[in-house]
Amino acid sequence: MAEFEKANSIGEWFDQRLNVKAFTKVMMTEYWIPKNINFLWAMGALLVMLFKLLLITGIFLLMYYKPDVNLAFDSVNYTIMQEVGYGWLFRNIHGVGASVVFLIIYIHMFTAIYYGSYKKGREMIWLSGMLLFVLFSAEGFSGYMLPWGQMSYWAAYVITEIFGGIPFIGDELVVWIRGNFYVADATLTRFFMLHVLLIPIAIIGAIAFHFYTLRFPHVNNEEGEFFDYHAESKKYLAGDKAHSKVIAFWPDFLSKDIMVIALFMVFFFYLVFYNNGFAMDPVNFDKADSMKTPAHIYPEWYFLWSYEVLRGFFFEIGGISGKDLGLMAFGFAQGIFLVLPWLDRSPMVKPANQRPVFKYWFWLLMADLFVLTIFGKLPPTGINAWVGFFSSITFLGLFISLPFLSKIEAKMAGGK
Amino acid sequence: MFALYVGVAVAILLIVLNIVLSKISFPKEGRILAIIIVLVGYIYWGFEPFAHHEMHPHVEEASFAFDGKQDVAALEHEGKDATETKAFWASVLKTAEHKGDAVAGKTLFTANCTACHSMKSEGFAELMSDADAAASYGVTPPDLSLAGKIYDRNFLIAFIANPVKAMHIEHKYSAGGEKVFPMPASDSLQPQEIVSIVAYMVEAASKVPAPKVKEGASEFEISKAANKEVFETACGRCHAMGYAGIQARTPADAMSKYIGATPPDLSQYIRSRGDHYLHNFINDPQRKLHGTGMPRVGLNEKAQEQVVEYMTQVGDSKKDEREALGPKVLIYLAILALFSFLWKRKIWKDLH
Ligand code: HEM
Repeated sequence: MAEFEKANSIGEWFDQRLNVKAFTKVMMTEYWIPKNINFLWAMGALLVMLFKLLLITGIFLLMYYKPDVNLAFDSVNYTIMQEVGYGWLFRNIHGVGASVVFLIIYIHMFTAIYYGSYKKGREMIWLSGMLLFVLFSAEGFSGYMLPWGQMSYWAAYVITEIFGGIPFIGDELVVWIRGNFYVADATLTRFFMLHVLLIPIAIIGAIAFHFYTLRFPHVNNEEGEFFDYHAESKKYLAGDKAHSKVIAFWPDFLSKDIMVIALFMVFFFYLVFYNNGFAMDPVNFDKADSMKTPAHIYPEWYFLWSYEVLRGFFFEIGGISGKDLGLMAFGFAQGIFLVLPWLDRSPMVKPANQRPVFKYWFWLLMADLFVLTIFGKLPPTGINAWVGFFSSITFLGLFISLPFLSKIEAKMAGGK
Repeated sequence: MFALYVGVAVAILLIVLNIVLSKISFPKEGRILAIIIVLVGYIYWGFEPFAHHEMHPHVEEASFAFDGKQDVAALEHEGKDATETKAFWASVLKTAEHKGDAVAGKTLFTANCTACHSMKSEGFAELMSDADAAASYGVTPPDLSLAGKIYDRNFLIAFIANPVKAMHIEHKYSAGGEKVFPMPASDSLQPQEIVSIVAYMVEAASKVPAPKVKEGASEFEISKAANKEVFETACGRCHAMGYAGIQARTPADAMSKYIGATPPDLSQYIRSRGDHYLHNFINDPQRKLHGTGMPRVGLNEKAQEQVVEYMTQVGDSKKDEREALGPKVLIYLAILALFSFLWKRKIWKDLH
């Protein structure tokens, strides 16, 4: 064992044992971030903040929530909302937070797509990010079931039913997921376990992994510029901060993140207090009733686009039923973002608007996702069904054509 | 389709916005923020107000005139014959022109109503238990102590003359149909007699003291107690309100036999339906839920407001606390945001 001198200060005591000074340098004061970024690069830190809020409020809710079909609804709507001191506040923060976290995830994701931050060395960042997206989706879905309202029940029913379409094993799979032949107490308790234990642990691990993947490629910047981090950081350390292309993670980068977070919190808490209906659907304040199907069943807003891809195919094409086509398209939509770094074959790392072909692709995709989302909530009748069909086709077409379009762009960019 | 047109308008707006802002060399981050706000605003509009508008078609707003105009309009809208309904309400309005005599009304009330109805405040007691009453009539008849105060006068006149028409449930109790409404239409009473009975009910109700509350009760508790009384009279014969410990006076099995369904517990209806819906619905359930077994109960405007307020006091009991805390939290956060802005500026001064 190494010799330990007597420490002269608490700081030194810890430094001897944990090497705190070097650690702080590596993780904070000499972890380099490009200077040429805008507030969209604060979305990651904002997501961390929202996750913390969800975790803390979730722990409080967990103290009173009862995962039992006979007790769940009242434990939430009576005990937590009315009896427990500030229980309503915790629930509103948790409910609104769950919805708003997806808004920020989407902004974060499409920022990455817009600036091309998923390629040329940043593939692992993208993949770990998609892993987080999948985990958050599962977390959102399982959490929505817990209050055991009408929408909890019927969304669970419809979504678990989807797995029944998988060839050969579908029927058994649905029963396996539900733990019963229909959505029942066993379903609630297992989704409760997933929501409060397994998925949160996985999310924490995935966030740590996401940060790790950021370390070597560094985050992208507004112009997609590649530069020598070593040289630039030397300038910074020598005191020429103004001419260096990098800033330190702490305090430079985080001071801006914290400002963005604080500003966002004003808006967030406005929603928590005054406008939370979008996150806590009125229909879900009716207790689950397996005998009474609600007039309209729809998922939370952030799943609407993929739900619409599922519903978009409503008639038979080439001998395959609309239901099966929808299921295939839905599977495609769930998986396709994952492989985006390999679908985009153009070497350009630039904001979309500076890329001759990709810019049309990007904005078309955005428009299509908006249409899918809005029509995903409307009853699929008459003209709505057709809008759903064509926007689903457009979605598939966009991703199928991307390898070819980006190849054309690559040629235009100099035949590389 | 409308959503698509709006989408195109949004796209054009964004392009114009982007051009204009870059022309005036608006800071780039501001431009990005503006674009995001427009896009988020569009999608929010699409899946919230617009979707609700599409899924819940607009209906006539609540009306407290009780002159039958809306009933007639509804029938005509469906292309049905409205002459009988028109004639009925014309006679109601004609009857309403008479002036009632409360003293004569009391005699008439004793002779005609007390065989089934209680009016405890005036000493007319219930003749049987709720369950027995439900078994013999189908539903427990209401106590009429407050009737003169919470129901509209025109409605009461219409109701005594023809309960089924007044309550707008002809589809359940059509003439010659198999179901017969427990209270008969009063063919024998003269218009003058009807108004006198109503006058007596109004007078009796005006003498009912405010419900007792414990010493030092807060304003919230006083208003809640007053509202509860109205709720129990108007809704509590059929509906439970579990979160307030209120059970429906008619037992559930009798109720489902009587109406064909069990009326829901109303504890969370302020959240699941919202006060706008509730106001329109209670005023005339057929308007929102065509074919429902729930009758129009004929509450006047004040009483209906009390009912909805009570549903808020029970179903959203922390509303006042929420509204009081909101501004404080927002002000705190605004100050925090200001400080974080100043700190960021200080740090970034050296970086530019
Ligand atoms: C809640 C989950 C997430 C958290 C906490 C998180 C956190 C972060 C943080 C702190 C950063 C660095 C700063 C920044 O650029 O914002 C970052 C960057 C990044 N994230 Fe995430 N992220 C999450 C989800 C995702 C998702 C769903 C994706 C997309 C699939 C994603 C893809 C990326 C990419 C590509 C970058 C690099 C951006 C660049 O190089 O400019 N992340 N993330």
